[in-house]
Amino acid sequence: MAAAISDRELVARCRAGDEQAWAELVERFSRYVYAISVQAFRLSDADAEDVFQEVFGRAYQHLDSLRDDSAVRPWLAQLTRRLCIDRLRAKAREQPVPEEELEDAGTEETLSLLEESLVVHEAMAEIPDHCREVLDRFFARDESYRVIGEALDIPAGTIASRISRCLARLRELLEGRTEPTPPSSSR
Amino acid sequence: MNAFDEERLARLIRALPPAPEAWVRAAQELPFARPEFDEIVARAEADAEFRKRLVADLESALEAEGYERDPFVIQELRVRFRSK
Repeated sequence: MAAAISDRELVARCRAGDEQAWAELVERFSRYVYAISVQAFRLSDADAEDVFQEVFGRAYQHLDSLRDDSAVRPWLAQLTRRLCIDRLRAKAREQPVPEEELEDAGTEETLSLLEESLVVHEAMAEIPDHCREVLDRFFARDESYRVIGEALDIPAGTIASRISRCLARLRELLEGRTEPTPPSSSR
Repeated sequence: MNAFDEERLARLIRALPPAPEAWVRAAQELPFARPEFDEIVARAEADAEFRKRLVADLESALEAEGYERDPFVIQELRVRFRSK
Protein backbone atom coordinates (compact mmCIF):
# COMPACT_ATOMS: atom_id res chain seq x y z
CA MET A 1 0.00 0.00 0.00
CA ALA A 2 2.70 2.50 -0.86
CA ALA A 3 1.36 6.04 -0.70
CA ALA A 4 4.14 7.80 -2.56
CA ILE A 5 1.84 10.39 -4.10
CA SER A 6 -1.17 12.15 -2.65
CA ASP A 7 -4.73 11.11 -3.37
CA ARG A 8 -5.21 14.39 -5.22
CA GLU A 9 -2.27 13.77 -7.52
CA LEU A 10 -3.25 10.16 -8.05
CA VAL A 11 -6.76 11.12 -9.14
CA ALA A 12 -5.41 13.82 -11.44
CA ARG A 13 -3.17 11.26 -13.11
CA CYS A 14 -6.03 8.79 -13.47
CA ARG A 15 -8.12 11.48 -15.08
CA ALA A 16 -5.32 12.14 -17.53
CA GLY A 17 -5.50 8.51 -18.62
CA ASP A 18 -2.49 7.17 -16.71
CA GLU A 19 -3.19 3.43 -16.42
CA GLN A 20 -0.46 2.91 -13.82
CA ALA A 21 -2.08 5.55 -11.65
CA TRP A 22 -5.41 3.77 -11.93
CA ALA A 23 -3.78 0.49 -10.85
CA GLU A 24 -2.29 2.33 -7.87
CA LEU A 25 -5.64 3.88 -6.96
CA VAL A 26 -7.31 0.47 -6.97
CA GLU A 27 -4.48 -0.97 -4.89
CA ARG A 28 -4.66 1.90 -2.42
CA PHE A 29 -8.39 1.62 -1.76
CA SER A 30 -9.11 -2.05 -2.49
CA ARG A 31 -8.86 -3.15 1.14
CA TYR A 32 -11.08 -0.33 2.31
CA VAL A 33 -13.83 -1.03 -0.22
CA TYR A 34 -13.61 -4.76 0.46
CA ALA A 35 -13.75 -4.29 4.24
CA ILE A 36 -16.76 -1.99 4.10
CA SER A 37 -18.77 -4.57 2.21
CA VAL A 38 -17.77 -7.67 4.17
CA GLN A 39 -17.24 -6.26 7.66
CA ALA A 40 -19.62 -3.33 7.95
CA PHE A 41 -22.40 -4.75 5.75
CA ARG A 42 -21.58 -8.45 6.05
CA LEU A 43 -22.21 -9.15 2.38
CA SER A 44 -21.58 -12.63 1.04
CA ASP A 45 -18.43 -13.11 -1.06
CA ALA A 46 -20.48 -13.12 -4.27
CA ASP A 47 -22.29 -9.89 -3.39
CA ALA A 48 -19.11 -8.28 -2.10
CA GLU A 49 -17.38 -9.09 -5.37
CA ASP A 50 -20.21 -7.52 -7.36
CA VAL A 51 -20.10 -4.41 -5.20
CA PHE A 52 -16.31 -4.23 -5.42
CA GLN A 53 -16.32 -4.29 -9.22
CA GLU A 54 -19.23 -1.91 -9.42
CA VAL A 55 -17.55 0.60 -7.09
CA PHE A 56 -14.40 0.72 -9.17
CA GLY A 57 -16.37 0.56 -12.41
CA ARG A 58 -18.40 3.60 -11.42
CA ALA A 59 -15.38 5.37 -10.01
CA TYR A 60 -13.54 4.90 -13.28
CA GLN A 61 -16.52 6.08 -15.26
CA HIS A 62 -17.34 9.09 -13.10
CA LEU A 63 -13.92 10.25 -11.97
CA ASP A 64 -14.49 13.45 -13.93
CA SER A 65 -17.46 14.33 -11.74
CA LEU A 66 -15.38 14.33 -8.55
CA ARG A 67 -15.23 17.99 -7.52
CA ASP A 68 -12.34 17.73 -5.12
CA ASP A 69 -9.64 15.24 -6.10
CA SER A 70 -8.44 14.92 -2.52
CA ALA A 71 -11.91 13.72 -1.49
CA VAL A 72 -11.62 10.44 -3.36
CA ARG A 73 -11.57 8.40 -0.15
CA PRO A 74 -14.92 9.60 1.29
CA TRP A 75 -16.35 9.48 -2.23
CA LEU A 76 -15.41 5.80 -2.62
CA ALA A 77 -16.61 5.03 0.91
CA GLN A 78 -19.96 6.66 0.23
CA LEU A 79 -20.32 4.87 -3.10
CA THR A 80 -19.50 1.54 -1.48
CA ARG A 81 -22.00 2.10 1.32
CA ARG A 82 -24.73 3.06 -1.11
CA LEU A 83 -24.14 0.00 -3.29
CA CYS A 84 -24.05 -2.28 -0.24
CA ILE A 85 -27.38 -0.89 0.95
CA ASP A 86 -28.84 -1.32 -2.55
CA ARG A 87 -27.65 -4.91 -2.51
CA LEU A 88 -29.18 -5.59 0.91
CA ARG A 89 -32.46 -4.00 -0.13
CA ALA A 90 -32.57 -6.13 -3.27
CA LYS A 91 -31.94 -9.23 -1.17
CA ALA A 92 -34.63 -8.16 1.28
CA ARG A 93 -37.14 -7.96 -1.56
CA GLU A 94 -36.35 -11.57 -2.50
CA GLN A 95 -36.28 -12.77 1.09
CA PRO A 96 -37.85 -10.28 3.47
CA VAL A 97 -35.87 -9.32 6.58
CA PRO A 98 -36.91 -7.00 9.40
CA GLU A 99 -36.35 -3.36 8.49
CA GLU A 100 -34.28 -2.85 11.65
CA GLU A 101 -31.76 -5.38 10.36
CA LEU A 102 -31.25 -3.24 7.28
CA GLU A 103 -30.97 -0.14 9.42
CA ASP A 104 -28.37 -1.79 11.62
CA ALA A 105 -26.23 -2.73 8.65
CA GLY A 106 -23.06 -0.76 8.21
CA THR A 107 -22.78 0.44 11.77
CA GLU A 108 -20.99 3.72 12.27
CA GLU A 109 -18.70 2.02 14.76
CA THR A 110 -17.37 -0.42 12.18
CA LEU A 111 -17.13 2.24 9.49
CA SER A 112 -15.11 4.55 11.70
CA LEU A 113 -12.87 1.65 12.72
CA LEU A 114 -12.18 0.99 9.04
CA GLU A 115 -11.48 4.65 8.41
CA GLU A 116 -8.97 4.71 11.24
CA SER A 117 -7.52 1.46 10.00
CA LEU A 118 -6.94 3.01 6.59
CA VAL A 119 -4.98 5.81 8.24
CA VAL A 120 -2.81 3.22 9.98
CA HIS A 121 -2.24 1.33 6.74
CA GLU A 122 -1.27 4.56 5.01
CA ALA A 123 1.21 5.25 7.79
CA MET A 124 2.64 1.78 7.20
CA ALA A 125 3.71 2.99 3.78
CA GLU A 126 6.14 5.29 5.57
CA ILE A 127 7.89 2.68 7.68
CA PRO A 128 10.71 0.51 6.27
CA ASP A 129 9.69 -2.23 3.85
CA HIS A 130 10.76 -5.06 6.16
CA CYS A 131 8.54 -3.65 8.91
CA ARG A 132 5.54 -3.08 6.69
CA GLU A 133 5.89 -6.57 5.27
CA VAL A 134 6.06 -8.37 8.58
CA LEU A 135 3.19 -6.40 10.14
CA ASP A 136 0.96 -6.85 7.14
CA ARG A 137 1.68 -10.55 6.83
CA PHE A 138 1.15 -11.26 10.52
CA PHE A 139 -1.87 -9.10 11.28
CA ALA A 140 -3.69 -8.39 8.03
CA ARG A 141 -2.90 -11.62 6.17
CA ASP A 142 -2.98 -13.78 9.29
CA GLU A 143 0.17 -15.69 8.32
CA SER A 144 2.01 -17.85 10.86
CA TYR A 145 5.57 -17.22 12.02
CA ARG A 146 6.69 -20.20 9.97
CA VAL A 147 5.11 -18.92 6.75
CA ILE A 148 6.46 -15.42 7.32
CA GLY A 149 9.92 -16.77 8.13
CA GLU A 150 10.01 -18.78 4.94
CA ALA A 151 8.68 -15.95 2.79
CA LEU A 152 11.07 -13.33 4.15
CA ASP A 153 13.96 -15.72 4.72
CA ILE A 154 14.33 -14.87 8.40
CA PRO A 155 14.37 -17.20 11.42
CA ALA A 156 10.85 -17.75 12.73
CA GLY A 157 12.15 -17.22 16.28
CA THR A 158 12.99 -13.58 15.54
CA ILE A 159 9.61 -12.62 14.17
CA ALA A 160 7.86 -11.83 17.44
CA SER A 161 10.55 -9.36 18.45
CA ARG A 162 10.57 -7.87 14.96
CA ILE A 163 6.80 -7.37 15.11
CA SER A 164 7.15 -5.66 18.45
CA ARG A 165 9.88 -3.30 17.18
CA CYS A 166 7.92 -2.52 14.04
CA LEU A 167 4.75 -1.79 16.00
CA ALA A 168 6.74 0.60 18.17
CA ARG A 169 8.07 2.33 15.07
CA LEU A 170 4.60 2.63 13.61
CA ARG A 171 3.28 3.91 16.88
CA GLU A 172 5.95 6.61 17.03
CA LEU A 173 5.07 7.66 13.53
CA LEU A 174 1.36 7.83 14.24
CA GLU A 175 1.72 9.68 17.47
CA GLY A 176 3.99 12.17 15.80
CA ARG A 177 6.56 11.93 18.57
CA THR A 178 9.43 11.43 16.14
CA GLU A 179 10.08 12.00 12.47
CA PRO A 180 9.97 8.80 10.39
CA THR A 181 13.41 7.22 10.46
CA PRO A 182 15.25 6.38 7.25
CA PRO A 183 14.50 2.90 5.90
CA SER A 184 18.12 1.77 6.23
CA SER A 185 18.29 2.22 10.02
CA SER A 186 17.11 -0.38 12.50
CA ARG A 187 16.22 -0.11 16.14
CA MET B 1 -4.58 10.64 16.91
CA ASN B 2 -4.77 9.32 20.44
CA ALA B 3 -2.39 6.86 22.00
CA PHE B 4 -1.89 3.69 20.03
CA ASP B 5 -1.06 0.75 22.22
CA GLU B 6 0.09 -2.49 20.59
CA GLU B 7 -3.28 -4.12 20.93
CA ARG B 8 -5.10 -1.27 19.26
CA LEU B 9 -2.57 -1.00 16.46
CA ALA B 10 -2.79 -4.74 15.85
CA ARG B 11 -6.58 -4.50 15.68
CA LEU B 12 -6.43 -1.64 13.21
CA ILE B 13 -3.94 -3.40 10.94
CA ARG B 14 -6.00 -6.56 11.10
CA ALA B 15 -9.17 -4.71 10.13
CA LEU B 16 -8.01 -4.24 6.54
CA PRO B 17 -7.01 -7.59 5.08
CA PRO B 18 -6.21 -7.64 1.38
CA ALA B 19 -9.08 -7.99 -1.05
CA PRO B 20 -8.92 -11.14 -3.17
CA GLU B 21 -6.17 -10.71 -5.76
CA ALA B 22 -8.41 -11.57 -8.70
CA TRP B 23 -10.87 -8.83 -7.75
CA VAL B 24 -8.10 -6.26 -7.52
CA ARG B 25 -6.60 -7.35 -10.83
CA ALA B 26 -9.96 -7.17 -12.57
CA ALA B 27 -10.55 -3.64 -11.28
CA GLN B 28 -7.04 -2.60 -12.28
CA GLU B 29 -7.68 -3.83 -15.80
CA LEU B 30 -10.72 -1.60 -16.19
CA PRO B 31 -9.04 0.78 -18.64
CA PHE B 32 -8.41 -2.18 -20.94
CA ALA B 33 -11.78 -3.85 -20.43
CA ARG B 34 -13.95 -0.77 -20.71
CA PRO B 35 -14.02 -0.58 -24.54
CA GLU B 36 -15.15 -4.21 -24.76
CA PHE B 37 -17.85 -3.62 -22.15
CA ASP B 38 -19.11 -0.56 -24.04
CA GLU B 39 -19.16 -2.53 -27.27
CA ILE B 40 -21.21 -5.38 -25.76
CA VAL B 41 -23.69 -2.97 -24.20
CA ALA B 42 -24.09 -1.12 -27.50
CA ARG B 43 -24.66 -4.41 -29.29
CA ALA B 44 -27.20 -5.53 -26.72
CA GLU B 45 -29.08 -2.27 -27.06
CA ALA B 46 -29.19 -2.61 -30.84
CA ASP B 47 -29.84 -6.36 -31.02
CA ALA B 48 -32.79 -7.59 -28.94
CA GLU B 49 -31.95 -11.23 -29.62
CA PHE B 50 -28.40 -10.84 -28.34
CA ARG B 51 -29.70 -9.01 -25.28
CA LYS B 52 -32.15 -11.82 -24.59
CA ARG B 53 -29.35 -14.36 -24.72
CA LEU B 54 -27.23 -12.24 -22.38
CA VAL B 55 -30.02 -12.05 -19.83
CA ALA B 56 -30.74 -15.77 -20.09
CA ASP B 57 -27.15 -16.96 -19.73
CA LEU B 58 -24.54 -14.25 -19.74
CA GLU B 59 -21.35 -16.26 -19.84
CA SER B 60 -22.55 -18.70 -22.51
CA ALA B 61 -23.78 -15.84 -24.68
CA LEU B 62 -20.42 -14.09 -24.45
CA GLU B 63 -18.51 -17.27 -25.13
CA ALA B 64 -20.68 -18.04 -28.15
CA GLU B 65 -19.82 -14.62 -29.54
CA GLY B 66 -16.10 -15.11 -28.98
CA TYR B 67 -15.67 -12.61 -26.12
CA GLU B 68 -12.97 -13.39 -23.58
CA ARG B 69 -13.92 -14.09 -19.96
CA ASP B 70 -12.94 -10.79 -18.44
CA PRO B 71 -14.06 -10.62 -14.78
CA PHE B 72 -14.80 -6.90 -14.93
CA VAL B 73 -16.85 -7.20 -18.11
CA ILE B 74 -18.82 -10.13 -16.69
CA GLN B 75 -19.51 -8.38 -13.38
CA GLU B 76 -20.54 -5.15 -15.02
CA LEU B 77 -22.77 -6.90 -17.53
CA ARG B 78 -24.30 -8.98 -14.76
CA VAL B 79 -25.20 -5.82 -12.92
CA ARG B 80 -26.41 -4.13 -16.09
CA PHE B 81 -28.56 -7.01 -17.28
CA ARG B 82 -29.29 -8.64 -13.91
CA SER B 83 -28.35 -11.99 -15.37
CA LYS B 84 -26.92 -15.11 -13.66
